[in-house]
Amino acid sequence: MDRSRRKFLSKTLAFACSAAASPLLTPMTLASVPSDKRLVVIILRGGMDGLDLLRPSGDPLLVGYRPTISARMGEDLNGYFSLHPSLSGLLPMWQAGELGFVHAVSTPYRNKRSHFDGQDILESGSDHTGADTRDSGWLNRMLGLIPDAQKELVFSVGRENMLLLRGDQPVSSWSPAGRMDMSPQGQLLLEAIYAKDPLFSEAGQAAISLAGQLGGQGMMATEDTGQDSMQMMVQNIAKAGRRQKAEALARFAAGRLRSDTRIAAFSLGGWDTHLKQHNTLRKALGQLQSALLTLKAELGPVWQKTAVVCMTEFGRTVRENGSGGTDHGTGGAMVLAGGAVRGGRVYGDWPGIAEPDLFAGRDLLPTDDVRRYAAWILRGFYGLERAGLERTVFPGLDMARDPGLLL
Amino acid sequence: MVQSFETLAAIRFGYGFKKGAPDMRDAGQVLAQLRGADVAMAAFPTPDYTERRGVYTHYREQVRRAKKAGKKADRALRLDVQRAKRARKHLVVRDIHARFARAILSDTGFRERLAIFWSDHFTVAPKGQWPQILYGDMMDAAIRPHLAGNFLDLLLAAALHPSMLIYLDQPKSYGPNSPRGLRSDKGLNENLARELLELHTMGVDGGYGQNDVRQLAELLTGIVTTDQGMEFHEKQAEPGPETVLGKPYGSDAEPRFSDIREFFYDISRHPDTARNLARKLAVHFVADDPPEDLVRAMQQAYLDSGAELTALYEAMLEHPASWGALGGKVKQPFGFVVSGLRALDVSRDTVANMGISGTRRMMSIPMAAMGQSMLRAPGPNGWPEEAEAWITPQGIAARLQWALVVSAVYGAELDPREFVQTSLRDAAGKTLILAAGAAENRNEGLALVLSSPEFNRR
Repeated sequence: MDRSRRKFLSKTLAFACSAAASPLLTPMTLASVPSDKRLVVIILRGGMDGLDLLRPSGDPLLVGYRPTISARMGEDLNGYFSLHPSLSGLLPMWQAGELGFVHAVSTPYRNKRSHFDGQDILESGSDHTGADTRDSGWLNRMLGLIPDAQKELVFSVGRENMLLLRGDQPVSSWSPAGRMDMSPQGQLLLEAIYAKDPLFSEAGQAAISLAGQLGGQGMMATEDTGQDSMQMMVQNIAKAGRRQKAEALARFAAGRLRSDTRIAAFSLGGWDTHLKQHNTLRKALGQLQSALLTLKAELGPVWQKTAVVCMTEFGRTVRENGSGGTDHGTGGAMVLAGGAVRGGRVYGDWPGIAEPDLFAGRDLLPTDDVRRYAAWILRGFYGLERAGLERTVFPGLDMARDPGLLL
Repeated sequence: MVQSFETLAAIRFGYGFKKGAPDMRDAGQVLAQLRGADVAMAAFPTPDYTERRGVYTHYREQVRRAKKAGKKADRALRLDVQRAKRARKHLVVRDIHARFARAILSDTGFRERLAIFWSDHFTVAPKGQWPQILYGDMMDAAIRPHLAGNFLDLLLAAALHPSMLIYLDQPKSYGPNSPRGLRSDKGLNENLARELLELHTMGVDGGYGQNDVRQLAELLTGIVTTDQGMEFHEKQAEPGPETVLGKPYGSDAEPRFSDIREFFYDISRHPDTARNLARKLAVHFVADDPPEDLVRAMQQAYLDSGAELTALYEAMLEHPASWGALGGKVKQPFGFVVSGLRALDVSRDTVANMGISGTRRMMSIPMAAMGQSMLRAPGPNGWPEEAEAWITPQGIAARLQWALVVSAVYGAELDPREFVQTSLRDAAGKTLILAAGAAENRNEGLALVLSSPEFNRR
């Protein structure tokens, strides 16, 4: 549908609905906001290989450990580390000081290397696995420490129920795949049948309003209910089950963050590269690059107030395996981006990759807790007390000294 | 206005109206669905434990061969791996399909609802290949055969099913002073003991303490899983008696499985267990906050009968509080999808022949978009009951989207003005009846009915 057509339709709708005093199309009430900083948390599911994303190319051992994976040269960053060639689109961001990394970090999870437990620990912010850690996520508990945090403040993007945002604090969520494909008449009738049911009425109102803000993915007339358009809808539903495109997630998140949302979270998959990593990791990195570039482009001036934090459940083995991939490891990397971060550098205490320096003789040794870096960003952005961060948000964490990630 | 008995029975205690399905005229008829053979399960059987194990070990074997061959793996070997992988995935989707098909096509909606209720009460969110292959066995071997029997049998079968044991880490629990524990320096894992008390029996408000959890965890040591299923290995069991809820189980002699069985017997008859089960059932079927006297009547009937589940159900079905006006509950996505396809009168052949892609496209993927991913309950406490957890902006958009699609695909012959009557009868409000007739095309008219609060509530 072309732009003028949509504009016409929305005008028609606005008229039809104001005439009917529509409760469905009233704009949402947006919340008061205690900070103008924007935080985006991206969970990289599957165990991102930090050693391939940010390669210690200055160490001649690397090629020995990873003859096929490291065959193609990356972009040199600081004479020692180089960036995976599939992320070359992020070089300008690095040069502008808006992209940084923390290397050799991990959650407190050790030795078991299960994705599920690892992700539970990463998202819960806890230092152990167990049923109690599945109840709430660190980002949700953090909200409890901010006075006046309100629903519209935080957005979970995508259809999954992320543990990161689970908990007592209200959080909004929407999936870019969500649609409200009804004709104007259908919408009016829907409004009428929801009217006496406040729960349906409120959720329906938010759905239509959100779908409407999504441009190409939003409201759409379906007067041509022929076989083609049905087929398209079936495909859309099927697609919603596959990994959502990073760009769509990032664009939607940016749209929310440009208005009243202050924190957004989503996840990107495809990092479990046991096989032919030179090929499989490329796709995942492409998604990450696209997400970061889309966020920067879509956020416009707001990018300067933004910090994007990308975390994964664990790193991968230092040696490549028999099938040109890597297996579940321990230490890994964290990616930081945004105008509010002090980029252009690699943080962390690099342990080296010589045989005796490896964790359990196979993994990159984690020299620091990845939660510590997240905690310092939360402290810098929201002025939270250390005690709350170390007890409530990340139980058992010692924040130690400030690594100075923020400008 | 309170709806007719037939309507309440179909919607509150079943999966809604379906053309040709018999109306329930009294509580006795609803209860009678639980007598006799499990016809719905027989119509869509799934593989037994041995066959499941076979599919898994065959897959592992092919992967092992391929790994060994490395780059020298020939085409035939790669094909073997692919086939084994497909068989594994097919089995998991076949289980999911059976869940849907039985509920959609059966005339015993109450039995089907109970199967899902108990499957959620004993939630397992299987992680990994073997647990996912195994998962369907829990429904067909542990839950369905026992849902109308004594709770003791259901509890033994479900809480000690290998699926549950793996999910709650039981095989990793070692009696610290058992021969294996002493040798390996491994210790207790309390996960199963805690959930057994907190979720499966007494409930979070039950009268037990941390010490009971600990003692029960010790008592449960020795229960492990092997290729054959659940087994009791004395060498992993903590020696000596354990005192749970004030009663000692076992002796200084060799640990025995019968000690654990004795505890299961006692806990199945505990008043807190009766209360927890009664309340949970009432919350699931009647209201998010059910009336106290309904819960009490159910609790009493359960205790008086010696943990007979049909007595518990009967007390619910015969209590007047269970027959108030509809609307206290929202259908979870599974129930919404099932009742939608029943209302549209999708044919037996269509349902039976949906296959892997049809099951995913028409049912499990849209359900995930509505917030309920098959096999992925958020935790051992299962899916939330509250209406607010489901009627969210994306939840409602996903329901509407699905309604538009299935109305177009399956409802081409239906007239919305009739559909609102056949699918809801006297549960349809005046506005909905008018709206169904005022839609600008059939597809939207049907979708409006399926998206209505009347259709989504029960």
